Amino acid sequence: MARFTTLCRNTAALAALFACTLAVAAPPNYGVGHPATPEDIKLWNIDVRPDGAGLPEGKGTVDRGKTVYNTNCLGCHGLNGQGGIKDRLVGGQGSLATDKPVKTIGSFWPYATTLFDYIHRAMPYTSPGSLSIDDTYAVEAYLLNLNGILPDGATLDKASLLRIKMPNRDGFVPEPEFVHVTNSR
Amino acid sequence: MDPKDRDNTRDADDKGRVFGSNESSSKQRLFTRRKVLIGLAALPGAAPWVRSMADSLADVPPRGPGDLLGKYSERSKYVQISRIPEAGPGMRNVDPVNAINSKAPLDKLVGIITPSDLHYERSHAGVPEIDPAKHRLLIHGMVKKPLVLTVYDLMALPSVSLIHFVECTGNGWENWKKADENLTVQNTHGLVSCTEWTGVPLRLLVDMVGVDRQSLWMLAEGGDGAGVDRSIPLTDEILNDALVAYGQNGEPIRPAHGFPIRLIMPGFEGNLNIKWLRRLKFGDRPWMTRWETDRYTQLRPDGLATQFQLRMDTNSVITSPSGMMEVRPGYKRITGLAWSGHGKIAKVEVSTDEGRTWKVAQLNQPVLYKAQTRFQMDWMWDGKPTKIVSRSTDEKGNIQPDRKSFIARVGTNALFHYNAQQTWSIDSNGKVHNALS
Repeated sequence: MARFTTLCRNTAALAALFACTLAVAAPPNYGVGHPATPEDIKLWNIDVRPDGAGLPEGKGTVDRGKTVYNTNCLGCHGLNGQGGIKDRLVGGQGSLATDKPVKTIGSFWPYATTLFDYIHRAMPYTSPGSLSIDDTYAVEAYLLNLNGILPDGATLDKASLLRIKMPNRDGFVPEPEFVHVTNSR
Repeated sequence: MDPKDRDNTRDADDKGRVFGSNESSSKQRLFTRRKVLIGLAALPGAAPWVRSMADSLADVPPRGPGDLLGKYSERSKYVQISRIPEAGPGMRNVDPVNAINSKAPLDKLVGIITPSDLHYERSHAGVPEIDPAKHRLLIHGMVKKPLVLTVYDLMALPSVSLIHFVECTGNGWENWKKADENLTVQNTHGLVSCTEWTGVPLRLLVDMVGVDRQSLWMLAEGGDGAGVDRSIPLTDEILNDALVAYGQNGEPIRPAHGFPIRLIMPGFEGNLNIKWLRRLKFGDRPWMTRWETDRYTQLRPDGLATQFQLRMDTNSVITSPSGMMEVRPGYKRITGLAWSGHGKIAKVEVSTDEGRTWKVAQLNQPVLYKAQTRFQMDWMWDGKPTKIVSRSTDEKGNIQPDRKSFIARVGTNALFHYNAQQTWSIDSNGKVHNALS
């Protein structure tokens, strides 16, 4: 009797396993690619989320940032972040609901954390990724200072970056379709 | 119709479609057409070839041996067709150094497929020159088995080929606030194209690496200088439709369009179709990258911005007759393109009386899911000034809005996702111009 029960249990387990296999067909082992090692991932894992996940350790001052900016950024973005041939970075606060909205870091950009991400990944245009982590914090400190978000003489690091609430933080309204994403996986 | 009229109408049709003439008036054309080799300049917006005329069959050059068969088949030297590099709205004819996009010649294309070299382009840090042997795709984040794939690995996997449009979110941005009457359809709508894409279904890769079911967003990142990256919501629709593509129109994707691999997100913002794809990271929330906050969000009249408006809405445009073309009274075939990020095009209607009455246009086959659809309609122009306009309806019942109600809803500062009906005005001389409505 005990043996019968075990047999039944095993059959049920097998049946369940089989049903499971039918329902979600495991992909065949294609034998392509190689496992990404933590070292691999570390090389490319540069994204920084709004909550600061991914921010590296480092720090920089407004003063140092001015030097970094004038060396690397001024050519395109102009003196003090205005009047350059590329995007204006400073000012525009209060203009978004007017006929001539001016979108800048100060008027439009919602997260100080993702600004770090963008400068780090994409700037300066001619040699993205060439700024050190400290200089990236510094140049962001300078740009936030120009926009009246950080005081003169301030130092920016991971912790202080996380505390900054950008002026337009609440200025975005997501499409309802993608507020609560679901799928049938 | 008597034979004389038929001749006239054919000529009228040819004027807009077949010849690229630099003649100044139709009268002049009628009296000077004898073995005249007209100069190279084609009317902007006219058909792609230079006009050389042969009045009788005796004027047609004799046959003879042709050129050697080569490795490539080049376009005929008579065909004048190219993209137009442009900067922002209203900034045309710029030095290529300042161009941020290059627009497809919709007025000169036929059918629904865009040749790869004429596919529109929007690149954010130029076109990187990538050696496919050294390119890698890293897939990681909330996955069981983080993986590095080569392009050759991807090409070894089961693949699909699908015809889809890709459209820049900024398409139509010339007409937000005003209509420059000297624009062609290439200027107003040249940021959409349609090609066949071949690649690996995203779902296959998702299953291969064992994406955590709690992961509902994916970051896709490019290998360009800007490292353009976007958060992709993992809806069933996107899991079913998206591809990691390596082929375009039967050959490797061209560098401008993402060689060696790019993400294809059928029906969604062009910017989500990450070119030079090198990383897919799975997570549980969007990353709020620059490209989904500072850019590609739509400013509303109240100063707030609509975000994650990812889908391209139903749209259409008459490509002939269109801006800067000339038409003559008589028969004119109206033709154009329609497309929708919601699915198939169900119907295109055309008005030749400024939107007062509408007729259903013919949809040319094939009519495909999230692809450009070619429409056409017979029209006899009576020579009186008028305005022509098209409006599309997709299979989900979405109707392309008229400009007035569209602007009333979204204002004029949105910059992206302009899909209002396009109006072309035709004056008494048959000149066609861009108009707001």
